[in-house]
Amino acid sequence: MDLLQFARGPALKFALIVFCFGVLWRLTAVFLLRHERTLSEPRHPVFRALMGGLLAAGSRSAPHREFIRRTGYSEALGYSYHIGLFVVVLAFGPHIAFLKSLFGVSWPALPNNLVTVIAALTLTLMLAVLLRRLTHRVLRLLSNFDDYFSWFITALVIVTGLMASTHFGAPYEQLLAWHILSFDALLVWFPFGKLMHAFYIFPSRAINGYALARKGASV
Amino acid sequence: MNTVATAGAAAAVKTAFDRQGALGEDARVDRAMAGFACDFGALSALRLESCIHCGMCADACHFYIATEDPQYTPIWKVEPFKQAYKRESGPFAPLFRLFGFKRKLTADELGQWQHLLFDSCNLCGRCSLICPMGIDVAALIEQARHAMFEAGLAPKELYEKAAHQKRTGQPEDSAEPYRDKLLAIGRSHGVDIPLDKPEADVMLTVPRTDIEHYPEAVAALARVMSHMNVSCTFRSDGLVAENYAYYAGGREWQRDISRRLIEQALACKVKVLIVPECGHAYSALRWEAAELYGRPLPFKVRHITEYLAAQLDAGKLRLRQAANGVSTFHDPCQLVRKGGVTESPRKLLRAMGVELRELDDHGAFAFCCGGGGGVLDIQRAAPLRYRAMESKLREVDQTGAQTFLTSCSDCRRTFDDGKRHFNWDKTPQSLLELIADHLGSAQEARS
Repeated sequence: MDLLQFARGPALKFALIVFCFGVLWRLTAVFLLRHERTLSEPRHPVFRALMGGLLAAGSRSAPHREFIRRTGYSEALGYSYHIGLFVVVLAFGPHIAFLKSLFGVSWPALPNNLVTVIAALTLTLMLAVLLRRLTHRVLRLLSNFDDYFSWFITALVIVTGLMASTHFGAPYEQLLAWHILSFDALLVWFPFGKLMHAFYIFPSRAINGYALARKGASV
Repeated sequence: MNTVATAGAAAAVKTAFDRQGALGEDARVDRAMAGFACDFGALSALRLESCIHCGMCADACHFYIATEDPQYTPIWKVEPFKQAYKRESGPFAPLFRLFGFKRKLTADELGQWQHLLFDSCNLCGRCSLICPMGIDVAALIEQARHAMFEAGLAPKELYEKAAHQKRTGQPEDSAEPYRDKLLAIGRSHGVDIPLDKPEADVMLTVPRTDIEHYPEAVAALARVMSHMNVSCTFRSDGLVAENYAYYAGGREWQRDISRRLIEQALACKVKVLIVPECGHAYSALRWEAAELYGRPLPFKVRHITEYLAAQLDAGKLRLRQAANGVSTFHDPCQLVRKGGVTESPRKLLRAMGVELRELDDHGAFAFCCGGGGGVLDIQRAAPLRYRAMESKLREVDQTGAQTFLTSCSDCRRTFDDGKRHFNWDKTPQSLLELIADHLGSAQEARS
């Protein structure tokens, strides 16, 4: 078994198992905790509060107008690289083929060269995000190993992907093996770190939005 | 890196903190963590798990905006508890303990957080509105205050007032009981004070702040209720609206203080309990009392502006036009951002023909006065509080309004204090008093 076979075979299988069970456990462990009873008289009926929750789940994707002046730059930076990541993951031909092998569905891909450029831009934006985290006094205080390692593992997947797609520095098979191994590592790390926000984001927004809407407050 | 040790360094200078009781250091930390865990459920865990360390909550907090000191970042204020959660009860707690990723705090380190959790947080909830993950940071801070209280680490002013209120119903000693003061206010303002009626439709409460500082607001409340011919009463054994245990973090004491009012309301079989112009009393009674009491309240809890707006709609409250020029209005955080009482005061102002010029940040996005969450009562917090309120005063000035109104007496007292400190030329006024001064004739009210 060569490195590529190992990356695609047992390593990927192991990573997917850790990812699935880890994510499931981290969600279950939280949602199985005690649920507080809400006994105060609501201002709005349940349906309207639920609508508030749904609204918050979507609307918090953009900052409230009142906060844009202070947060616009970091929001723009954050969303830009997230969009870049989505495009690279979901619109690159080989990735679509991989996802088809897992889920059985596929969709049209963007041209490889375009995705490569987007990946390079995404990496640049991620470097800007890292620089900001290292230099901004609030972010520097808040940041811990999880923040930096999650950044590193994500960036590593992009770097190895860029190297593989441009055949840079080593034989293609070897570069591809590194890329897949770095992705395997990302899957293994995913349930343990802040990458889990991909699963928490909408429940968290919706539940807070529901609580606010129940009181008749702005979401 | 966000170890607690470096957090202490970030705070640069160690701040003094208050202690209650004679607990040993380990016992104090254990009780803090148990206190944090006692009302810890799925919702709190989701809040802690969801944080992505984006730091945006700092950009909503007036303490950070005024100082640019990163320790005032709202989510940082619960950092010890976030770490304790991961170590003690998070999904991977055994791993954290096994590898020693999150070490146990010392009581001294925890004490350093008293400044962040109490002196520099108004529980105003503006940070909860900016969070892209939708985390209610203010709720976490409130929970962390419970932990600090359990550990005997609450600021002495809040602790002592809460203890006094739990024991006597009043947050502090007074030369004469509040009941007698209330009656004296009625006599001096020529208004009947309905007191201790065996039954009534509405039970009235009064802020201790009004009794001590703004007796005219107490008289205004009685005058407005009399004008509408509402069957109402104050109760000697349930007068004070405030709940200092809510500030101090004493969950059981908060329940006992709320229960005093609830039992009085039940005794006189009221349909509505009125919270006067007091923001945090509204949060404590409207949104938290039933949970602490353990069952839904068999009466409604309404802020006075909500109640009056409903009476206006019902035609029972008639108001004359107020000729007080252009006015601006401060939205109390607990009423508006956290309570949804946004439209009622504006409806009342429109009914009096008041020209309202809104602050730049108003409604749910209004900045706190700086005194909420008990901060006004913490003496050592005053210098920081003044820094945090400066931008608010500038916002008021920028409206060019001649009259500055609000519907919370603690906000009013905070602004009055700021007026003295900064030689500010505005005087905060009570919306309720404005209403009492512009009541239509009795005939109009009943027509």
